[in-house]
Parts: sequence; C-alpha cells; structure tokens
Amino acid sequence: MIIEAKGLRKRYNNVWALDGLDFSVQEKEIYGLLGPNGSGKTTTILILLGLTEPTSGVVRVCGHDPVREPLAVKRLVGYMAERVGFYEELSARENLRLITRLNGIPELEAKKRIEEALEQVGLREVADRPVATFSHGMRQRLGIADVLVKKPKVAILDEPTSGIDPEGAAQILELIRRLRDEEGMTVLLSSHLLHQVQRVCDRVGILHKGRLVAEGTMAELTGPRNYVAVIENATAELRVRLEAEEWAVATEEMGPGRLSVTLEEVGRARLFQIVAEEGGLVLELRPRTHTLEEIYLRYFQE
Amino acid sequence: MATIFWKELADHLGSKRFFILTLIILVVAGTSVYLGIQGFRENPGGVGPFVYLVLFTSSQGGLPSFLSFLAFFGPLLAVLLGFDAVNSEFARGTVSRILSQPIYRDSWINGKFLAGLATLAVMVVSIALLVFGLGLFSLGFPPEGEEFARLLLFVVVAIVYLGFWLALGILYSIIFRQTATSALAAVATWLFFTLFLYMIAGVIADQVAPVRSDSPAEQWIRNENIRDFVLRFSPVALFEEATLPILVPTYRGLSILVLLTQPGIPTSPLPLGQSLLVGWPQLVGLLALTSVCFAAAYLLFMRREIRIS
Repeated sequence: MIIEAKGLRKRYNNVWALDGLDFSVQEKEIYGLLGPNGSGKTTTILILLGLTEPTSGVVRVCGHDPVREPLAVKRLVGYMAERVGFYEELSARENLRLITRLNGIPELEAKKRIEEALEQVGLREVADRPVATFSHGMRQRLGIADVLVKKPKVAILDEPTSGIDPEGAAQILELIRRLRDEEGMTVLLSSHLLHQVQRVCDRVGILHKGRLVAEGTMAELTGPRNYVAVIENATAELRVRLEAEEWAVATEEMGPGRLSVTLEEVGRARLFQIVAEEGGLVLELRPRTHTLEEIYLRYFQE
Repeated sequence: MATIFWKELADHLGSKRFFILTLIILVVAGTSVYLGIQGFRENPGGVGPFVYLVLFTSSQGGLPSFLSFLAFFGPLLAVLLGFDAVNSEFARGTVSRILSQPIYRDSWINGKFLAGLATLAVMVVSIALLVFGLGLFSLGFPPEGEEFARLLLFVVVAIVYLGFWLALGILYSIIFRQTATSALAAVATWLFFTLFLYMIAGVIADQVAPVRSDSPAEQWIRNENIRDFVLRFSPVALFEEATLPILVPTYRGLSILVLLTQPGIPTSPLPLGQSLLVGWPQLVGLLALTSVCFAAAYLLFMRREIRIS
C-alpha cells in the first residue's frame, strides 16, 4: 500500500469535513477520489501531504506519517493543487527552477529535467514567457510539469481538469496516464467530473459528506452489463411472454405497440426468437452501460 | 531557506515599489545632506568636531534632517515590502505549491523576513555610503574613527528599526486576507505612530499637567515627562531617542529644560560607550518590539490553515 488512511476525521469550525474516511491506494495505480464539491476531497489530499493535520485517524504515505514526518512525505509526493498558482512575473522555466531548487536537485540534473518536462507537457515554445500570459489549460499543464521535474513516487492531483475545455482536459488526462505508464508513478486524483475520471482511473472511491460510500474498479461499480431492446408491433402476449423469461430485467411501454425491454446479456438470441414468433420487430438492441453518473446519483439522492 | 531568501530578495530588489521608494528617500536624503554641507561651508567653526555626524542630523532650509527623514519615511518602505508577503501568496494559490515541497514551514516565513531585512539593509547601507562619499567629495577630509563607529552603529539600529516595520507588515499580511486591507492597515499604523501619537502625547500631557507661560519649571518638566512617556509607545520615538545619542555625542538624554534650569551640567561630547548607555533602554525596547512583532507573525503563520475556502 502506497497510501493508507484509516478512520480519518477532520473538523473545521464545528463542521466535520471528514467523518471516518478509510481508503488505500496500491502502487502504480490511478485512483480517483470522486465526490461533489465540499465532500472532503481537498481536505483528504491536504492531510495526505501533511499540509493540515487530521483531528483523528491514521495516515501513511509510502510508509511515512505526514503529521510526524512531513518532509519525508513531501520529498516523495508531487502535488498539483486545484487552480494551481504560479509566480506570474516569472517565466514557466523560472517557476520550474524554483521547484527544483526547493527540492535540492543539482543544477545540471535540474536543467535536464526541466527541459524534458516542458517537452512532455508541450510548453517548450512558451517556456520563457511570463506565466501571466498563460491560459488556464497551459497553467494546468505547467502544474503537471511541476510534478514531473520532482520525479516523485506518488502524484497527487486535485481537480486536474476542472474548468478546462474538453480538448485541454483530454491532454491532461493523457499526461496523467503517462505519469503512471512511463514514469511509474502512483496517481491519486480528485474530481467531480465523472466521465473524465472514468477514462483514466483504475479504481475510484466515491466520497460523500466525508465518508467513502463506494469503492472499487469501474467494472465492480457498474455491475453486470445489460442490454436494452426496443420492439415495435408488440402485443400484450409478447409482453407477458417476455416478462416470464428469467433474463428479462424490466419491460416498459413506450407508446402504442412499442415496448422497451431491459435484459441480461444471455437472453439476446432468445429475444429475437420470441419477438419474431409473436409478429413483432426488434428495432434496436444496444448495450446499456451503467455510467458512473448513475451510481453517483444513486448515492447522492439518498 | 536559502532558495526562498534569494528568490524573495530578487523580487524585492526588482520591484517597482522598492525602486520608487528608494528613489524618494535618496533624493530627499541627498538634498538634506547637501544643504548640511553648504551650512558647514558657510560656517565651518559652528558645528564642532563631528562634521560627518552633523550631516545626518542637521536640518537646513526647512528640510528635515536625514535622521528624522529616515525615521519618518523608512517605515513606509519597510511596511510596504511586507504588507503582501503572505496574503498575496494565498491569493495567487502559490502557498500550497511551495509548502508541498520538502521545506519546513518556518523556513518560508524566515526566508521572507530575512530577504526583506537584507533589502532594507542594502538600502540603508548604500545611502550611508552615499552620504560618506558626498561628504568626502565636498569636504575634502575623511571621517574619524569614532565618527565611523558611530555611523556604523546608527546603521545597525536603523536596520533593527526598519525590521520592526517589516515584521509588522508581514504580520498584517497574515492577519488580513486581502492585500488592500493589509496595505491600508499598515499605512494607518504608520501614520498613527509617526504623526498622531505626537499630537495625542501633547494633548494627554496638557490634560494631566497643564502649563501656562508663568508655570514653574517643575510643571513644565512634568508635562514634558508625560509627553515622553506616551511617545515611548511609538517605535518612531524610540528610534529617534536611541539614535540621537549615537549621532549627537553631546546629547545626554536630558531635555533642554533640565539643561536650562540646572546649570553646571557639562555640554562636552560623551565617549561612544557613554552615548550608547544613554540610548540603551530605547535600543533594547526597539529590539524587543521587533522580536515580538516577528514572533507574532511567525506563530500565526505556523498555525494558519492552508485551506483556501
């Protein structure tokens, strides 16, 4: 376990921002912390980094306790904050240089790493422009470069794609994937944008009111794959016959003579048979993926 | 900490804010020193043995002396170097970026304070050297050893004094989240100590020990003592009282009234050690104020939650 948290609680002025959070991240995995704003994602991250202290509970990052050995943790963890801030009057290169100096990386090595990082995030052409002239997407990529020059074991990214256009977000997600695949980092990211998290994360944990309400891989969370069929010329008998089948999950009238059936994967062939026997027509058969959104809404409607 | 120190120092020295204020101080200080030299040329015998010290303390042609000018304007520069030290980092979102690097939290605040102090030291030392050069150039003879020692001491005290204002600025930058608020608070404090406290001290003294033109000398002295007592709450007054014996060797810490009513007190210059003794309590007070102010900023910063919400 690279990151481990047990019974984490944090109180901010009489409000429990975290209320007994347990979760763990394995080596070289991309873990997504999901949750609406104010669910405790940023608080969790700040505690992991030793930037704020938990009211109670145990945290371990790479075997170190961030409360007792913050420096050991900060040496091994690269962090990108939500709306990451830079020194506006300094250039991108100078901003990265500050990070390498604070990490005590020797100048020669630092120079090499900075060039590599700028290349990877695609900011080499603008590296000498002051950050004040950068767009939000460019800043976010520079934030990733910040993590890259440090070469940490763990990268913690707080809302890496919030407020960026879809194209920019896709670039960031690709960079995140590369942090793991090429640099061998463990990545913990937080987000409230489900469809994006879905694309890169191996596992996700859903946070709600300072607790983990669900955790697992995408497949585990979304459950078995179902199909939806739309049938025309459906008679009442057809509906009765279909509902009698084991694999039929639900049927629903969609208009005169039109029926929608949700079924398990195994029933696909039988469906065509039955519908044909009853003189109906299958207009459409499509897999129905549970999006994370549905899971999300299921938890938050409670 | 060295990294932070050099970055902050570069920021300070390169900032327009520092450039403009230093320029103002340079111009006015240069003028007052120049007028001092003119005065000396017209009346070479009238200033006594310590010519270079007189350059720093004489006021000519309506311009204040270099000393009172530094006491008045130096704080503005110092406080303006510090007022946005921490809150601007919060506003830009750079706090978590820097503090997530492997550095101790206090090395950040220490680095900021030391960089500010170094900036002020560079300013004070270069102005002092400039005055030396100007004197050397126009007077044609170098300062004596004691003059040099006194000026060095003066520079050190001035840096401690400006350090107080810097620490105050940094303290405000931690207390107030908005840079505009902390700038206003800083300037208000500066005005209070440099202007209003002088008026208030006079009012209080006149209330407690009213004097008329025919009041006995004791009453006048009582009035003056009360006034001094109130004034000593101000670092500005402390600075002036601490540096006066250093720059004016004949100064004995006694008011002019005492000298007038108690004849027989000598007016010859004191040796350096004795001059230092005269201003010692004020000096210690100044040092204590600076330390307390920085300690408060330090503690507040260490306890501050990083969370921006």
